[in-house]
Amino acid sequence: MSINRRLFLHNSAIAMAGVGTAPLWLERAAFGAQGSPRKKILVTIFQRGAADGLNIVAPHGEEEYYKLRPSIAVPRPGAGETAAINLDGFFGLHPALEPLKPWWDEGHLAIIHAAGSPDPTRSHFDAQDYMESGTPGWKATSDGWLNRALPATAGKVSPVRAVALGAALPRALRGRNSAVAVESLPSFGVRDAPAAAMLETMYTQTGDQLLGGTGRETFEAMRLLQLLQKTPYQPEGNASYPSGRLGSSLRQIAQLIKADVGLEVAFADLNGWDHHVNEPAQLGNLLREFGGALAAFAQDLGPRLSDVLVVTMSEFGRTAKENGNRGTDHGHANVMFALGGDVKGGKVYGEWPGLAAEQLYEGRDLAVTTDFRSVLSEAVARHMGNPQADAIFPHYPGGAEKYRGWLKS
Amino acid sequence: MRSLWKPINLRLVWVLIGLTPVFAAKTSDEPQILHALNRLTWGPRPRDVDAVSKVGLSHWIDQQLHPETITENPTLLEKLATLDTLNLSQTELAARYPSPQAIRAMAEGRTPWPTDLQTRAVVQRMAERQKAKKAGKDSNITVPRRALTEKPEEFVATLEAMTTEERIATLQGLTEGALRRLYPVASPGLRRRIQMFNGPKQVVSQDLVQARLVRAVYSNRQLEDVLADFWFNHFNVYLDKGADRFLVTAYERDVIRPRVLGKFHDLLLATAQSPAMLFYLDNWQSTGPGAKPKGKRAGLNENYGRELMELHTLGVDGGYTQQDVTEVARCFTGWTIRDVKSGGEFFFNPRTHDIGEKHVLGFTIAGGGGMQDGLKVLDILARQPSTARFISRKLAERFVADDPPAALLDRMAKAFLVSDGDLRVVMTTMIAAPEFRDPANFRTRVKSPLELVASAIRATGADIDYALSLATTLTQMGEPLYRKVEPTGYPNRGVEWMNSASLVARMNFAGALTSGSLAGVTLDAKSLPDTDNELARALLGGPASAATRAAILSSRPGGADDGTLTDNLDAGAARRAAGILIGSPEFQRK
Repeated sequence: MSINRRLFLHNSAIAMAGVGTAPLWLERAAFGAQGSPRKKILVTIFQRGAADGLNIVAPHGEEEYYKLRPSIAVPRPGAGETAAINLDGFFGLHPALEPLKPWWDEGHLAIIHAAGSPDPTRSHFDAQDYMESGTPGWKATSDGWLNRALPATAGKVSPVRAVALGAALPRALRGRNSAVAVESLPSFGVRDAPAAAMLETMYTQTGDQLLGGTGRETFEAMRLLQLLQKTPYQPEGNASYPSGRLGSSLRQIAQLIKADVGLEVAFADLNGWDHHVNEPAQLGNLLREFGGALAAFAQDLGPRLSDVLVVTMSEFGRTAKENGNRGTDHGHANVMFALGGDVKGGKVYGEWPGLAAEQLYEGRDLAVTTDFRSVLSEAVARHMGNPQADAIFPHYPGGAEKYRGWLKS
Repeated sequence: MRSLWKPINLRLVWVLIGLTPVFAAKTSDEPQILHALNRLTWGPRPRDVDAVSKVGLSHWIDQQLHPETITENPTLLEKLATLDTLNLSQTELAARYPSPQAIRAMAEGRTPWPTDLQTRAVVQRMAERQKAKKAGKDSNITVPRRALTEKPEEFVATLEAMTTEERIATLQGLTEGALRRLYPVASPGLRRRIQMFNGPKQVVSQDLVQARLVRAVYSNRQLEDVLADFWFNHFNVYLDKGADRFLVTAYERDVIRPRVLGKFHDLLLATAQSPAMLFYLDNWQSTGPGAKPKGKRAGLNENYGRELMELHTLGVDGGYTQQDVTEVARCFTGWTIRDVKSGGEFFFNPRTHDIGEKHVLGFTIAGGGGMQDGLKVLDILARQPSTARFISRKLAERFVADDPPAALLDRMAKAFLVSDGDLRVVMTTMIAAPEFRDPANFRTRVKSPLELVASAIRATGADIDYALSLATTLTQMGEPLYRKVEPTGYPNRGVEWMNSASLVARMNFAGALTSGSLAGVTLDAKSLPDTDNELARALLGGPASAATRAAILSSRPGGADDGTLTDNLDAGAARRAAGILIGSPEFQRK
């Protein structure tokens, strides 16, 4: 396989001029599943801006919740269209997440509540940085947890092994293993083919490490993705992705998964969760996009969902009590979703710390009872089968005993 | 809390911080000049090195540090003159360029139609569209056949010959697609009307983006403009958040630009009292206990209090606690906006202010201080050693190196404190420092997208007619102008900008600019040097690397690989070579 791959790479500078001269099956043979068990794929979604976990999965069984949020709480199940969708008699989904309910019922969706970072920061920037480096409290970490989570491999790996949808490579994917940021699959290419070949030569030969490295990754991925573009993508199972950034990102991730080109980890993000003011309307809109996109993704993957795990996260939660502007300020613990074939779904995992004054973190926020690294290391160990899961989160006393057990082992 | 510090001579400051103004020593060293141009401007133009060499580097730096002494480029003034929203107040902007919500209010008779004929036509067109959309129908506007069949140039001539009333009526009947076809060939006046009919709200943002780009490319006050970019980004606000769409114009023009070489405290205070910032970080809605603002909910909002310390002054490690955040937020209750829907202005509302005693960073702020509470907080924060250090680091990351040496930061922070936050003194200190001139830092910093685009246009002598496609380009590279959602602003460290998506967009920009396919931007191949060496010197400031030379040669039929470069490029070859140079690894750094 490595010989084929090398030969192919060698010819690639010439092939650039006429992209498509090599068939996709050849690339697939080089990177894909043939001859070895199909790789498991981890998709992570970052909700930037600190999503309000208490209104996303509302503890409708707790009286305090309604006392703390008189004007913005999600009403108890049964109270009409704006009411929570009951999950287990205590927790309920925000009504805008209705498309996710069937996946919960079928046992593919698990929820981990009161999860978060042990670090007390309420800075968006620091908290996102910590969650993406996987080392809360340690600023000097230079790479991201998702990059470290890629298993060590011998020889050449797929140029689209690790992909982030967006115009920037997120912190979580920076590091030793090659990873590419792709704003959109169709736009990922140099339009002038002869120039592309020359640019590739320059970037391959430059002594500039940063640009040379980025350039090589870019051109390899470009060739592969352009082959992929030859067939227009048609979602399956009548899946309908909502318009907006997350729907578009997940649609493209599904395309990469089904093309079998060696994708192992993917990253997508959705901005705009920082609702200090007039939260109910804004949160509803975002959750419609969020829930609709996740449900469409699962639907589209069909049987391939058995290889895929989606995990969602946000840098911290929001104050238990609403603020003066029908919004919430920066808080602490949050909620995480896990969706996939290996998930033991239909259950809210974790310990509920409670919302009474003495139970709140620093007297104001939901306390963290599950370290986000427990969730992520369970995903890395049990889904990706990476035996080094503990090494991915340095400074974290990990180990299987910390797992909440939401994945089949 | 008033400072005793009085303006003093710069030389005295240097003495106080133990520094001699080294760049005062005359240097005609080309690499030094090129470096200064790379870091203190948006990129050197072909004749800039010679021009700086002629007046002397130290004199040129001194001029750039005193932009009011530099005559502005008439080309820039001409290009800015057509962008009339730049000079309007926020009240005028809100009235003349109404949002969809404001248009709905007029259509429903809740507010009166505009009196101005043109504005009224536009607004009625928008209202009609809203109505059609609501009814689930496509707009029933009929398109004059001529707009589809005639050449855009001919149709524009027809339009220009019409009376104002006829023209407005015709434009009102055109679809967005038809309007877009007319835009490139229309006169500036007609372009404004076309833009208006495409949606008045966008005129304001398009003017901002266009102005940002033409200033970067054409302004003679280059350092001032680079600093305006830096400080806008430091005190970032997001254009698409509600009222900020008509508040940002005045924010950049009246709050940021006049103060980029002034006192940090003045800049901080001006941002704190700007409707744009008050709206963006929600402080206008934050109230103290017991307050009952009309039509709004009462309560504290910590958003501004937190970002003020984390991002504007102390830095996240600057030594403040959650308690400080809450106390600072209490101090700023009552700092709000009067009549935000029609433009708004800062005002202090004593009825929504928290009158209790506060404790901020170990200082006690006695109860009943009213608006003085917030002013005191700003006085404290602007003069903290953490602030001096944090601001120095950010400036040094932008101008010196991604990881600036501690000795430099010490010197800059000291200059900041000694001069009571005089940003001109801090900049002077930085530029005079040996670390700034250290050849180890030459061509090491990865350009931001805006730096890349502006430097390419400056180096090739291209001309910006309109900037719509450049705005799209910057978005693809990861830097949509005025549209960084988070209060952090865009990164200052160059390395953060490099990734595959951005690189693809950079390469495509290089090709589009030099092949002439970037709408609104013209590159005259005759303005490019006609030898490879001169071309490389213009774009890279020196010879290209072996790989880049080889790539250029391979772009030519029969291009020799004996390393010989051509002395007599035809226009096509010069364009291709320029495209390769702009896309090259070398051009991504400065």
